[in-house]
Amino acid sequence: MKYGILVNEGPYTHQASDSALAFTKAALEKGHEIFRVFFYHDGVNNGTSLAIPPQDDRHIPNQWSELAKEHNIDLVLCVAAAQRRGLLDESEAKRNSKAASNMIEGFRISGLGQLIEAGIQGDRMVVFGD
Amino acid sequence: MSMLHTVNKSPFERNTLESCIGLAVPGSAILLMEDGVIGAMANTKHSEMVKAAMANVKIYVLGPDLKARGLSEGNVVDGISVVGYGDFVDLTAEHAAVQSWL
Repeated sequence: MKYGILVNEGPYTHQASDSALAFTKAALEKGHEIFRVFFYHDGVNNGTSLAIPPQDDRHIPNQWSELAKEHNIDLVLCVAAAQRRGLLDESEAKRNSKAASNMIEGFRISGLGQLIEAGIQGDRMVVFGD
Repeated sequence: MSMLHTVNKSPFERNTLESCIGLAVPGSAILLMEDGVIGAMANTKHSEMVKAAMANVKIYVLGPDLKARGLSEGNVVDGISVVGYGDFVDLTAEHAAVQSWL
């Protein structure tokens, strides 16, 4: 099966990011394809490169980043949600004359069309949020 | 069309479980996850609603989320199946669509 995953909640808020990660890993283990993970609303905070959780806590942005690298998964931050919350990749930072970018490797920034496409191209859309 | 519903909040916090049970078509399934696992507990004021729903829909509860909250599988309403993340994936594949009650 081809899955689209939607994450609407930031990391360390309730449990949505943890649940989405666990579901995505379980789906991959079963041989399913993850077509895309789309991060919307506060979910875009999953893509920050500046998080420094305590060493005995899980590092959620790193977990996504490593998963993307390992399984070549498309992780997409909604551009409007990301800009509101100060999540920028290098080109967005440059385009908006900001001093720095803070998007972790493995993510990319794009528009809502990517969510719609995941809904059309995927066999299932599973939503995690608050 | 059979649908998998996921409920992630306690019935003591929100009315999503009640709404879900009210709207789920017979033959569909409900997975209780995150704080939603509270809805699977026996001997609460919501247990009868959950028991009655099982005449029409199959109800599952996510074991790791029970465990994370120190809740025992032994206290789950009879007839509710305790499942893992792998089973969660299987449930999404077995049903034609997934509705997350957020």
